[in-house]
Amino acid sequence: MNAPHSTSDRTQPGATDDAETTDGAAHGTTDGAAHGATDGMELTLRIWRQPGPEEQGAMTTYRVTGISPDMSFLDMLDTLNERLIAEGDEPVAFDHDCREGICGACGMVINGQAHGPQPTTTCQLHMRHFDDGDTIDVEPWRAAAFPVIRDLVVDRGALDRVIGAGGYITAPTGSAPEAHATAVPKPAADTAFAHAECIGCGACVAACPNGAAMLFTAAKVVHLGVLPQGAPERESRVLDMVTAMDDEGFGGCTQVGACATACPKGIPFESISDMNREYLRAVRKGGRG
Amino acid sequence: MVNLLWRSTIGKKAVMAVSGLVMLLYLVAHMLGNLKIFFGPDDFNGYAHWLRTIGEPALGYEWTLWVVRVVLLAAVVLHIVAAYQLSRRDIAARPVGYAHRGASRLRMTFATRTMRWGGVILGLFIVWHILDLTTLTVNPHAEPGHPYENVVASFSTWYGNTIYIAAMLALGLHIRHGFAAAARSLGVTSARLAAGLRVTANGLALVLTAGFLAVPLAVMTGVVS
Ligand code: HEM
Ligand code: SF4
Ligand code: FES
Repeated sequence: MNAPHSTSDRTQPGATDDAETTDGAAHGTTDGAAHGATDGMELTLRIWRQPGPEEQGAMTTYRVTGISPDMSFLDMLDTLNERLIAEGDEPVAFDHDCREGICGACGMVINGQAHGPQPTTTCQLHMRHFDDGDTIDVEPWRAAAFPVIRDLVVDRGALDRVIGAGGYITAPTGSAPEAHATAVPKPAADTAFAHAECIGCGACVAACPNGAAMLFTAAKVVHLGVLPQGAPERESRVLDMVTAMDDEGFGGCTQVGACATACPKGIPFESISDMNREYLRAVRKGGRG
Repeated sequence: MVNLLWRSTIGKKAVMAVSGLVMLLYLVAHMLGNLKIFFGPDDFNGYAHWLRTIGEPALGYEWTLWVVRVVLLAAVVLHIVAAYQLSRRDIAARPVGYAHRGASRLRMTFATRTMRWGGVILGLFIVWHILDLTTLTVNPHAEPGHPYENVVASFSTWYGNTIYIAAMLALGLHIRHGFAAAARSLGVTSARLAAGLRVTANGLALVLTAGFLAVPLAVMTGVVS
């Protein structure tokens, strides 16, 4: 945007929305192609701010300017936070770690979609997928099992407890086993690899209207269930993980499919039926395996 | 085992799927039986009488009918209780919705979105239907042993037709989502089967709705009187 505008934006942040809106409208018709590459995008952000777990929260409006289309969404939030810190305000709290799409920490709902409009994580979402002048809503994952800690940060510990209930195999530790000791059929290896891709981000839960963790749990049940190494605990794993999943207060599946659409790692929707089949098989086998 | 089925979300959904499929199976037979009305009062009333004598003389009068009734009642009760409990759970699992309102919000098919309310409509319809044509409590003709005349009388009222037609449309939608959903709840996967299941679900929904609707439409147009 033009220089006077960014200046006013910096000196009168947040609270002076009205003045800025007039300003924006006044020059918005004339600048056309003049901005962009040099000055970057100007965006309106509506971000969920909540000081603590027990405190009230609200969507709060911010303006950011000078956003490059090559920035990631997290870089864009960093830009906002630098300004907020410089102005003595509290920065927006959000979770992040690897910033390369493999840790699953950076969950947030952008314009009603988990991780935003692209099938990837927020750290891998680039601002080129937004248009100059856009208003973007940013909210935390919403699920009873994911309490908000602060702003966009939620406690995803429930997912860890589901894994802890059975998402492991029992194997002697120590030196690495001989690679050919246990043959794994190629299709089983492919299935296991595809499901091992789950990064525990929780986007499936956030996207599901029932706050269900079925896709997440299914990813682990299928991953270990198809491998010979996972066979000894095949029945107890699915029973214990599903019990833990229910105990954590996640909802059930109503076959909506929003989870698989939101999953940044492409865990297939059919995995949920695979888990259903595994569960019912374990029940038929009389419970414990 | 009962515990594992009833206490877990997956187990309870399997109970819903099986009870739903039991009702579906019954509805296919029921719809085909209803079409006998096009053969006239004697055929239809005779068919209704035959239903009560199935299995005779090995079984007594109406024994088979009562077995079917008990199985259906169990299916309806299990289905409704499971639906209610799972729905409560699902709503509690997402206590706060998203503030964003816009085009990118969750896309669900109409059939998926209406499972709960459509189910409630079906439940109310089942009560009405039994009062109308089984106990004859609300039937305008109400002559035991003469179902043909009772059916014609019921479909000669505006409310009889309205309730019935609305319920059958709800039924079609419920089966459209429910049939494929039941397969998935019971662990039937594979991409090749999925397409076939969708086609079967839509086909069943269409055939059942059309078959059931044929009767009131025939009475309304005077084809059956
Ligand atoms: C009596 C009143 C009824 C109620 C209250 C009811 C309610 C429901 C609900 C809430 C669902 C779950 C929807 C979802 O998962 O999104 C469902 C699923 C289903 N319903 Fe019903 N329904 C009723 C009658 C029927 C009838 C008459 C049939 C027979 C065709 C039927 C067949 C099914 C099937 C096959 C499913 C799928 C189960 C699954 O998802 O595994 N329902 N019903
Ligand atoms: S299944 Fe997909 S969306 Fe769910 S936690 Fe794993 S990676 Fe994230
Ligand atoms: S920060 Fe690790 S996946 Fe986004």
